[in-house]
Amino acid sequence: MLSIAGKTFSSRLFTGTGKFASSSVMQQALIASGSEMVTVALRRIDLNDPEDDIMQVLDRTKFFFLPNTAGARNASEAVRLARLSRASGGGNWVKLEVTPDPRTLLPDPVDTLLAADELVKDGFVVLPYINADPILALRLQEVGVAAVMPLAAPIGTNRGLITRYQIEIIIAQAQVPVVVDAGLGAPSHAAEAMEMGADAVLVNTAIAVAGDPVRMAAAFRLGVIAGREAFKAGLGAASDEASASSPQAGLDFIR
Amino acid sequence: MMNTFSLPDFAALAPLIASRGQADVLRALRVSDLSIDDLAALLSPAADEFLPAMASRSQSITQQRFGRVIQIYAPLYLSNYCTNSCLYCGFSAENKIRRRCLTLDEVEDEANTLKTRGVNHLLLVSGEAPKMMGVDFIEQVALRLKDRFASLSIEVQPMTEAEYARLFAAGITSVAVYQETYDPALYQRLHLSGRKADYGYRLATPARAAAAGMREVGIGALLGLGDWRSEGLALGLHLAWLRKQFWRTGLTVSFPRIRPAEGGFQALTPVSERNLSQLIFALRLFDHNVGLLLSTREEARYRNGMLGLGPTRYSAGSCTAPGGYAHDEDSDEQFAVDDQRTIAEVCEAIHGQGFDPVRKDWDSCFQDSSSHSS
Repeated sequence: MLSIAGKTFSSRLFTGTGKFASSSVMQQALIASGSEMVTVALRRIDLNDPEDDIMQVLDRTKFFFLPNTAGARNASEAVRLARLSRASGGGNWVKLEVTPDPRTLLPDPVDTLLAADELVKDGFVVLPYINADPILALRLQEVGVAAVMPLAAPIGTNRGLITRYQIEIIIAQAQVPVVVDAGLGAPSHAAEAMEMGADAVLVNTAIAVAGDPVRMAAAFRLGVIAGREAFKAGLGAASDEASASSPQAGLDFIR
Repeated sequence: MMNTFSLPDFAALAPLIASRGQADVLRALRVSDLSIDDLAALLSPAADEFLPAMASRSQSITQQRFGRVIQIYAPLYLSNYCTNSCLYCGFSAENKIRRRCLTLDEVEDEANTLKTRGVNHLLLVSGEAPKMMGVDFIEQVALRLKDRFASLSIEVQPMTEAEYARLFAAGITSVAVYQETYDPALYQRLHLSGRKADYGYRLATPARAAAAGMREVGIGALLGLGDWRSEGLALGLHLAWLRKQFWRTGLTVSFPRIRPAEGGFQALTPVSERNLSQLIFALRLFDHNVGLLLSTREEARYRNGMLGLGPTRYSAGSCTAPGGYAHDEDSDEQFAVDDQRTIAEVCEAIHGQGFDPVRKDWDSCFQDSSSHSS
């Protein structure tokens, strides 16, 4: 079981709530995904409105609610948003997103670190969305984040694990869970991240804009399970050459 | 010191566009990062026969980037007083219309009415009469409304960077200012007097708003004045320049086509729906991230048809006369809208076509005076 900040999850697929054609499609897709943790942009919802379209269909007894600060341009905005969320009953978990470039939505490493430090000291469970930067991941770990969420590719691009080598380093070094977030476009991408040893993945766009989001959510569920099982089973190393038929070939000099 | 945007000779744009052929269009449809030359190809007559391919590509880019959602906004007209004399505009100073400048309480009534109809993204609009509706008043409006609305945009007279910074601190999130035409010669003929007669000051306005820290800046050309293909290329150049200079600033483009208005101005160069569609698709292919607005100037049939194909924001239930929502109409409108459906009807149609009409996609909490950094 995956454990983050003392909370356990049997599903290693986290999902988002953006870009869906309707809240009912979103709800069905979330159920089909088997996900237990769902992230919601605070800017998209009104926690004080009991009739909010997203919060109405998001059963918080089934889905752990992970509010995110998408849209924040700097640390102070992200921190303020997280505090307002907590004050409105949004809990003390936050997916920290500081994305000053509205085009690429790539995360700002400097302000993410500053905000993470401040929020951890303020009692938040912080899951920062970061570029796949191993040193930044370690720095965030040092300030006390509960997990790190490196991107596979820029958000919404569906390009898969273009940061693969960086993520391998992060996984090798991290003492907190590594959740590969953003850019995973197909269940095979999710499986690949899990095979590498990621603790979980977060998928939104690839599900929300699929021809059949509910079916795609189910496919991602299977992809994540397959990848995790393969990781646990121990993958054979890939090789560019066929193995020598005799393991001793060329080693005859050894007595 | 801030750079300023300057357009290459406007008259040189039309020949560049006209020189593009089928091969150029095919190239532009194939590449993912389009150059200005590629944009020129997509705006050219040669691209007309590829409209279905452009629509399909625009649809796929838009849905990937924005999802199956359309953001809903509504204009709130503050005042129809204007000191400019512009040949095409119903608010033009010499037009004999019933003028009205709302009081703060009246603005609040209008805003509350829109709020009860489900509007969270508000566009504050006014004629350009800074003595009647200056920065102080708009600042008061922002301070009164900001906690009740997800975002507050303004489409009012151009201001200085310092004024924009003040308004940003008060809760204004974005600024729209349309050049109307990027053709300087035509601009002079259409804008006879008033502050707006200064082409250069207006052209530099989006940059001032961005420099002041605004979240988002909207640009546009009034379609039906200059050659729409050249205007489209000028918009692309302006967008590309703003993207580079202000990487933190979100950008949007509007495509207002001239509508019947007081004064009886007729479009100088008719722009068909097919032309408008080509322009929208071309800009979407050129800029995958830009917000594209399609207002109630267009009729319901066209707006329904365009859902998902490129535009990301729809206005709804719009009234272009100050006081028109909560009060009996005792002032005149800027132009007649063509999509007269209510907000609920527009949202229902969007939902019925498999899109989520999103009423809230921002939060006033993002902004306070201490959050401004540049």
